Amino acid sequence: MTGTGGHAADRLREIGWGLSAVSVIVVVLIAGLIGLAIARGRRRLAAEGDGVGRDFGGLSWIYWGVGLSFPVLIALAVWTFIVTRAVANPPSPTALTVEITAHRWWWEIRYRGERAADEIVTANHLVLPVGIPVRLLLTSDDVIHDFWVPKLGPKMDMIPGKSNATWLEADRPGLYRGQCAEYCGLEHARMAFTVTAVPVNDFRRWRREQLQPQVPRVGRGAAVFTSACSACHTVRGTGAAGILGPDLTHFASRPTIAAGVLPNTVSGRLEWLGDTQGVKPGAAMPQVPLDEADRGAVAQYIGSLR
Amino acid sequence: MSAIADAAPGQGGRWTGPLDPKPPASPNPAEVAERLENIWGDAPGLRGWFGTVDHKTIGVRYMITSFVFLILGGLEALVMRIQLAQPNATTLSPEQYNQLFSLHGVTMIFLYAMPVLSGFSNYLWPLMLGSRDMAFPRLNALSYWLFLAAGIFLYASFPLGAAPDGGWFGYVPNTAREYSPGPNIDVYCLGLIFLGISTTVGAANFVVTLLRMRAPGMSVNRLPIIIWGTLTASVANLFAVPAVSLACLMLWLDRNHGTHFYDIAGGGQPLLWQHLFWLFGHPWVYAIVLPAMGMVSDALPVHCRRPLVGYTLVATATVATMVVGFGVWLHHMFATGLPVLALSFFSAASFVIAIPSAVSVFSWIATIYTGRVRLTVPFLFFTSVILLFVIGGVSGVMTASLAFDWQLTDTYFIVAHLHYVLIGINLFAVVGAIYHWLPKMSGRMMDERLGRWVFGFMFIGFNLAFLPMHWLGLIGMPRRVWTYGADMGFSATNLVVSIGAFVFATGILLFLVNIATALRSGRPAGPDPWGGPTLEWAIPSPPPVYNFAIIPLVATRHPLWEDQLDEGSERSQLASGFLLDNGKETLGVTPLDGEPDVILKMPGDSLLPFAFSVAALVLFGGLLVGSAWIAVIGGAAAIIALVVWFRPHPTPEACEKVRIYD
Repeated sequence: MTGTGGHAADRLREIGWGLSAVSVIVVVLIAGLIGLAIARGRRRLAAEGDGVGRDFGGLSWIYWGVGLSFPVLIALAVWTFIVTRAVANPPSPTALTVEITAHRWWWEIRYRGERAADEIVTANHLVLPVGIPVRLLLTSDDVIHDFWVPKLGPKMDMIPGKSNATWLEADRPGLYRGQCAEYCGLEHARMAFTVTAVPVNDFRRWRREQLQPQVPRVGRGAAVFTSACSACHTVRGTGAAGILGPDLTHFASRPTIAAGVLPNTVSGRLEWLGDTQGVKPGAAMPQVPLDEADRGAVAQYIGSLR
Repeated sequence: MSAIADAAPGQGGRWTGPLDPKPPASPNPAEVAERLENIWGDAPGLRGWFGTVDHKTIGVRYMITSFVFLILGGLEALVMRIQLAQPNATTLSPEQYNQLFSLHGVTMIFLYAMPVLSGFSNYLWPLMLGSRDMAFPRLNALSYWLFLAAGIFLYASFPLGAAPDGGWFGYVPNTAREYSPGPNIDVYCLGLIFLGISTTVGAANFVVTLLRMRAPGMSVNRLPIIIWGTLTASVANLFAVPAVSLACLMLWLDRNHGTHFYDIAGGGQPLLWQHLFWLFGHPWVYAIVLPAMGMVSDALPVHCRRPLVGYTLVATATVATMVVGFGVWLHHMFATGLPVLALSFFSAASFVIAIPSAVSVFSWIATIYTGRVRLTVPFLFFTSVILLFVIGGVSGVMTASLAFDWQLTDTYFIVAHLHYVLIGINLFAVVGAIYHWLPKMSGRMMDERLGRWVFGFMFIGFNLAFLPMHWLGLIGMPRRVWTYGADMGFSATNLVVSIGAFVFATGILLFLVNIATALRSGRPAGPDPWGGPTLEWAIPSPPPVYNFAIIPLVATRHPLWEDQLDEGSERSQLASGFLLDNGKETLGVTPLDGEPDVILKMPGDSLLPFAFSVAALVLFGGLLVGSAWIAVIGGAAAIIALVVWFRPHPTPEACEKVRIYD
């Protein structure tokens, strides 16, 4: 409800505050009526004793109460449908489609291009051009997850065997946190991602950079990576072409490791490689047995994949 | 004829204690009482203990068992609150947390909230209806033993580390064999199917009891509201429970026998589970609050010294809630990507369902406003129900809003909402009802002074624990997370929530102390300590095993208030009428008008319900461990028990029709 980044979220925030205000008013009113009723009921007990009595006039409370509640509910329902329509569809045709596939417990993010060669794949990091509605196609590779960036728009489930379409638009540049909102097992709590909204020109530049393959490198880090990591991870332009784990081609451009668990810094990378299952128990990535020197070399290598 | 002396109010309008002991309005003369006692009493020793079919014993067992589960579920919640009190805590592993929150939900919803109401209804129905027992006493015993067996079945997995870990909602494919290979989810599936048998037979029993087992003259427009609530819930259960039993059976088959109901690879649909589950789940939510709302509607007026305002409207609203309640299940699935037009209908229905709730709320407030308020502990609890219900209601309206629910769903806002509804309407009503009816059940009063402390701790603790959760949800804290980061801005609020949870738990602890001291040394209650209007207050406390020595003849909605209300010349007859002491007998009436129809021969004690439940436990245990032999032995034993149960009896010697109005 605070600090939104797009007009869908703005509309939801408006109706959210509206509904909250109505709710608080209703609760305060009812609490006041209950207090009034108790005070009067006690006065009558003191004045008249507690013999059972027949009273009239009580029914009008129900008629008034329901009669006043009904138009309020109708108004809220109508407001709901107006906002629903505004939020469910983008204001203008979407110019960009991003496919997001949820995995236990990370996000595979794929930007489709006009040609197959224009496709880029990243993980746990969604980069958006400011002011342009982006179409999202959401699905899951395993269990049901839910895509949610609270400050940008509504949730949408990611269901295996089903592709759910939604859209997202950031009107203000910035970093927004996304989070899985559907319970998806062991590490549901730590399945986050980062949305970076940047001006269109920066977005184009980012996309061009992401399209570039890496140049094969020599050195201990690249060698250890190829032998220990490439069965699961891809680094385009090198021999590493595994598909089980996230594509790491431009790993160093991403802000976090392991779906928001650690910052993507030298110490974060070392911690992740040194104690994978301790940092994120149940993650699909096993503890890779590397000695300290190899670990440092790999951390340095992946840190160089800009 | 009842004669209620008006109790003198104490200082400041505060109620000071039970009325002077006076004889019960429905007399049980000594020579008749002894004969009936011999006919209706349980066999001595263990045989009587396991074989009893007395609805009061069964009702009390239901309540005690469900309170044990309430405490277990509460302890699970406290452990979770310790974990969540601070960011990045490691008191629990994610696996432990997931088992705890799943078991907490299953426990509270299936093993506490419904059974505790079944217990109350079991205890109160025949007393309020002026009958000697439920329609099918052995079926009644069976529903209790099955509930206990299913509860043990679900909980036996906990110490073995194999408790359900897919949430109480068990969404596939997270619960499919591929992603949950252990026995955890099999325990969940089989346990819910097992429990469903208990709920179904119990519900059928309530429906038939209402139709046939009333005092003459207890027509449908004279039923207490709790009867309406439980009846509505029971009918709903007969339709809703099959959905979840079927869903669980299909999941169990998917997991163990290679079917593909939910498996996309085999052409199945994960969303099928959600439809079936919520087709059950939402009506169930109403089923576990409507009887509790009935308690408030019946007991609150007693402490306001006047009849409920708008009886007919409240009874109608009860039924209407349930009917609409079957048409709102998609509001649990607003974010599943279904077409917005379809979802809009369910959103609208979810707004509409607030109307019947408003009827009850304004009826209760009007009853207080136009009444003479005794500030008793039950009054405090019932009145707090109104406020908590309204808070849970308006947050329900917020989640009914399709667009805004896209933000709210799966956040702590929903956790707050559902606890306001379930604790606010169920637990607060139940605790108030125990203060109100324990004197009837035990013959002893609960201490009012301690009761006020209980209320204070529970009310403040509850709101401290759950009101801030709304805010957590609004600022984006998702549900079912075992931890959260320190930079999320959730930390301070979570600490407050955890403190509130412990204050609330202290209230529950004091409440148990309050019950214990009342049972040991509470003041004698007499037959009618509150001066109540309904038939249960016409007999001694605790009630004799046969309830009514003389079957009453009911002429109005408030048999014990007729003189004071003076609504006409008709008077109920409590001191003369059918005696029915020629064997274990009670009166069957016509369904709508409640005219005497038949003398029913009631079955005596039987070990068969217990035996069948043990056999069923063996059967389900065998299915769980995958042992065909154990399952066959259990199944065969269950069939034998049923065959013995249903074997033809010699022609009943006396099923004479009685006709007195002809």
